[in-house]
Amino acid sequence: MTDATLGKAHSPAAIDAIQSSYMVQVQRRRLYGGLTLMIFVLLMVSGFVVADDRNAGGFWEGLHQIGDYPAAVLSEAWAKRADLPALLLHFFPALVETINIAAVSTLFGAGAGLVLSLLSTRGLARWPRLIPLFRRFMDIMRAVPEIVIALVLIFILGGGPVPAMIAISIHTAGALGKMFSEVAENADLKPVEGLASTGATWSQRMWLGVLPQVAPNYISYALLRFEINIRASAILGFVGAGGLGYELRNSMAWGPGQFDEAAAIFILLFGTIVFFDQLSSRYRNRLSEGAHA
Amino acid sequence: MTTADLDLMKHNAEGLFRRKRVLAFAMPAIVAAYFAYIFFAFDIPGLVQRASMDNAVTLASDSWSYKVHVTRSNSTGEIAYAVEGERKGAYPEGQRPDWVSGGDIVTVDLGRGYLVRLLPENRTEVDIPGYGTIEAQAGDRQVTTNLGDDLPDWINASDRRVAITTPEGRITLTGSKTEVFNYFPGWELFWFTFDSPYHGQPVTRILFGDRIDPDRANIAGALADWWNNPMWRHKDVAWAIGETILMAFLGTMGAAMLALPLAFLAARRFTPMVVVRGLTRRLFDFVRGVDALIWTVVLARAFGPGPLTGSLAILITDTGTFGKIFSEALENVDGRQIEGVASTGAKPLQRYRFGVIPQVVPVLLAQVLYFLESNTRSATIIGAITGGGIGLMLTQAIQTQKDWEEVAYYIVLVVVMVMLMDWFSGWLRGRLIGRKD
Repeated sequence: MTDATLGKAHSPAAIDAIQSSYMVQVQRRRLYGGLTLMIFVLLMVSGFVVADDRNAGGFWEGLHQIGDYPAAVLSEAWAKRADLPALLLHFFPALVETINIAAVSTLFGAGAGLVLSLLSTRGLARWPRLIPLFRRFMDIMRAVPEIVIALVLIFILGGGPVPAMIAISIHTAGALGKMFSEVAENADLKPVEGLASTGATWSQRMWLGVLPQVAPNYISYALLRFEINIRASAILGFVGAGGLGYELRNSMAWGPGQFDEAAAIFILLFGTIVFFDQLSSRYRNRLSEGAHA
Repeated sequence: MTTADLDLMKHNAEGLFRRKRVLAFAMPAIVAAYFAYIFFAFDIPGLVQRASMDNAVTLASDSWSYKVHVTRSNSTGEIAYAVEGERKGAYPEGQRPDWVSGGDIVTVDLGRGYLVRLLPENRTEVDIPGYGTIEAQAGDRQVTTNLGDDLPDWINASDRRVAITTPEGRITLTGSKTEVFNYFPGWELFWFTFDSPYHGQPVTRILFGDRIDPDRANIAGALADWWNNPMWRHKDVAWAIGETILMAFLGTMGAAMLALPLAFLAARRFTPMVVVRGLTRRLFDFVRGVDALIWTVVLARAFGPGPLTGSLAILITDTGTFGKIFSEALENVDGRQIEGVASTGAKPLQRYRFGVIPQVVPVLLAQVLYFLESNTRSATIIGAITGGGIGLMLTQAIQTQKDWEEVAYYIVLVVVMVMLMDWFSGWLRGRLIGRKD
């Protein structure tokens, strides 16, 4: 609707015309909205039916069994509660390994992501022509699921923490690189220009001109990644990459009788995730408040 | 400004510099010390020894090449030809590759002068340029050769088994059978296996030529044969990819639908009751803290392996994440818009619908679509654990440790799938929110 029609809208007939055309638009909008909603519901329902159909056990038969396994684990753990502290201590090295995998890969990934992000940000890039190349490179690093790299590396390097570490590092570099470069795009270029006028090299300009501006955001993103990477390293352990996930798979393979071990691992994993979750969110809040101030 | 002030400022500035200097040296030192600890904790020196470069070479070469096995059974004297030595890839009766010739004496030409002659009475001769001819006689459970004791490192020989690795192919001789492996680049039988009439036909003939199989139209028949290719299992792979995307879709959307009403309960503005708010928040923290791994394990016990288990695991974990993000977004809504809607006499539900939802939808949709893409990757991993989708096919293919070309195929498909989902969610976000980024 333009100003011209509004200006002329004095006679009742014109108002009626405006009203009816508005109502037509509203109805069309509702129709489209309703259609979209219908398609969405249809997709959800049919998707659920297909998933239910292709699952080994059905949804409705399984629903009342959800509690069975946790109950079995908890009751056994409760029955053997005297052993629990010893078990927690026993699995503590595995927990440390899981955290180490996450920490090292966050450090490596953040380092690589930092360089990649600066190389692929307009205005900062060392070789502006190669920006699309570095961006595609990060896209691919992000797109390859960690498990693919981990499984291939396990075949070559054997089981253990290193395949998981490399796999998570690669993914982290891609993911952080993208986020870092979004932050760097908003960085003030004046310090960079100032440094350039003194004859500073590219790495000096980045180190002294850009990094101090973006550091709080970068650290905040890296902390968030660390939290995600702890989960990832636990999951990769399940496919043979060491750490707590690996112990969990082993103790699950034993079945009943070893549920206390599974319970101990569950407790450790849950506690760790919640702990680092809280820690990083508290620290991130502090960082972002500092940035606003 | 007095001198005392200046002194104080100087003192403060020096303190700041000292702290900065200490930090600038301490941080790298701490990181270096940590890496040194990791170097030993992860047993990097041991890893270098354990790493199997043979495996790496096999992987690198097998992923883009295939081998044709020529196998002579020494008990019956029959010679079989099969791609990758699989029954599904066997040459039909009476056919053999064109680099094999001869009747009584079957000559396998590996190329560049490397020849293998399969002679009657289980004798074998291998011509190797620059080395000579190796003669072998397979007998009852043993192999006798004219090889001396001084063997080059590409020959591995014992009484029972002789393995010769040449740049053009490999030959393995045992008492029971003689095998020749000839390597070729590419993914053989990717389109059609030997039992399909369309194998080896040019594309133009399939598209425009006469009916190759009199019972079926060319294009329909070719598509059906390709779809049901027993070697590459395109149908199963497509279903697996569909399952993975389905897991991500059901999980993400289900979580978003579940989290939205719960997020209202966890937001201070909409739920004044501290108990309800606290309980909802603890619920979010709990389902997030339990993590997809444990949920997958627990749910797999109840529902068995399959895509439903995977989508429920994603659903439960992401309900916690979404709940947290949504409730934060709800805390930050602008109160004036709600007041405006309320001033028209709107009831609470209408106030939410027209005052709150329009404000938070862009944030929510952006998050949901971002998670849709990231969950496609999670679904691949969860599929590997719970047993469903492309993740399962990939782990199985890797665990058999021989179908590396299939592994490469799946990896390419997974990467393409994730990138497509990334593109799709970005496109949808742009269309729905009207912001391109």
